[in-house]
Amino acid sequence: MELLVPEIGLVIFQTIAFLLLMFVLAKFAWKPVLAAIKEREHNIDEALNKAELAKQEMVRLAAQNEESLKGARAERDLMLKEAKILKDSIINEAKHQAQTEGAKLIEKARIEIENQKKAALAELKDQVSSLSIDIAERVLRNQLADKAKQQDFVADLLKDIELN
Amino acid sequence: MDCSHVFDFKVNRLTVVFTLFLALFFVTPLLYAQEDTSKAALAAHAKPEDEKKFNLGKFALHHIADSHSWHVIGDYHIGLPVILYTQSGFVSFNSNEFHGDDEAKLVIEKDGQRFVKMHEKIYYASAAANEEGEYVEVDANHHAKNARPLDFSVTKNACTLFISVIVLLAVFLNVANGYKKRKGKSPKGLQSWMEPIILFVRDDIARPNLGHKYERFMPYLLTVFFFIWFNNMLGLVPFLPGGANLTGNIAVTAVLATATLILVVTNGNKYYWKHIFTPDVPWWLYIVLVPVEIIGIFTKPIALAIRLFANITAGHILVLSLIGLIFVFNSLFVSVVSVPFALFIGAIELLVAFIQAFIFTMLSALFIGMAIEEHH
Repeated sequence: MELLVPEIGLVIFQTIAFLLLMFVLAKFAWKPVLAAIKEREHNIDEALNKAELAKQEMVRLAAQNEESLKGARAERDLMLKEAKILKDSIINEAKHQAQTEGAKLIEKARIEIENQKKAALAELKDQVSSLSIDIAERVLRNQLADKAKQQDFVADLLKDIELN
Repeated sequence: MDCSHVFDFKVNRLTVVFTLFLALFFVTPLLYAQEDTSKAALAAHAKPEDEKKFNLGKFALHHIADSHSWHVIGDYHIGLPVILYTQSGFVSFNSNEFHGDDEAKLVIEKDGQRFVKMHEKIYYASAAANEEGEYVEVDANHHAKNARPLDFSVTKNACTLFISVIVLLAVFLNVANGYKKRKGKSPKGLQSWMEPIILFVRDDIARPNLGHKYERFMPYLLTVFFFIWFNNMLGLVPFLPGGANLTGNIAVTAVLATATLILVVTNGNKYYWKHIFTPDVPWWLYIVLVPVEIIGIFTKPIALAIRLFANITAGHILVLSLIGLIFVFNSLFVSVVSVPFALFIGAIELLVAFIQAFIFTMLSALFIGMAIEEHH
């Protein structure tokens, strides 16, 4: 039973040493260590939360991107469609206009041609008449220039004419 | 080692306490065995003619007990200071002055007072020697009956205590420094070695038992855990600076258990005291229940002290006995069996060193937790 009787010396040493150890460690070890561990855990939690939030944000952004891409695509399609319609209408209009314009031009040309033809014919007639007069004049003049012949001719003519 | 779920429910807590209580019974046979061997040792004392024979009980008990000198090797002992408080003040001298005498046969005279050492205890010497040459009066069991001065000697255990305090300070100030140097970074070296254990104490011992008020008790729980664990392991080292049986000394465990008792009593809330003095039972049961509850305040720390003391002492006795078998049978061939077996027990003791530190801290936290628990 001697082992079960505490010795006063060791009790005192143990009390002093243990209390001293506890207070020194509490102040210089446990407090900073536990605070550091707590802070680190807090930081890790925060970082994980932030990562989670960032992930959600990314998913949201991706969805948004997809959405806007889809919108843009639809808009593009719409624009293309509109452009096509516009193009068609412009072409049609141009065609139509060209046709009418062409028809007009042709008509104009036809009228002009007609006019020109008429003028030319008139001029031709004029020239033909003046030429014929000229020719006739010249022929006559030529005919008349030879008096003997003229007399012969007249004589011939007169010969034919039987004085009745 | 996440066993926090075990302590989640009250019923489980009770089961744990009950199991540990049974575990105490499991080690008591060893204590009885030890008592038997000590009786055998005394019997051997009574018959000096048997003294040449190796006495296993005496050998084991001598090694687990505290000592005034520190045996190094062979006949070489380190003398430790003997400090005595006598009727005429403090007296101190080197323990080597006893020249290895432990049978009260050598008287030392200091300041006109005479001292003898018997079984590592110092007595005032008797005027004359008895028939066996011992300067003490002995009773029938060969226990000295002389008066003793108050002994404040720096014994082997006290030295180990100081060494362990220095080791603990060195280790944990280094660890704390690591947190300062690598602020917010992952732990490194000694720091990463100790951090899981600190977290184990916090998350598996303090938090489940103490709830949100755990932070207040962390310094005590951490200090007590590492103090017990380091000293348990230091006690397993068979040579200097280990070898002392500090956590297997009742004075040390009693001081630690008293610290738990003081924390329980000073932090107990009104529900705790109400549960002790006016429990919710018919009034006539108070006659039985209140004394039982009051005794319960003290049995818890007493059990704490005895459990740690008995477990560590039993482990040391077991190893010493196995080694001692070689000398009992006086045959080298016994070592073929006893040395591997002692090694096996030593390995188990390494586990026990941790488990006992855990149990002491766990139960301290549990008792404090029961005292500060809020009831709604």
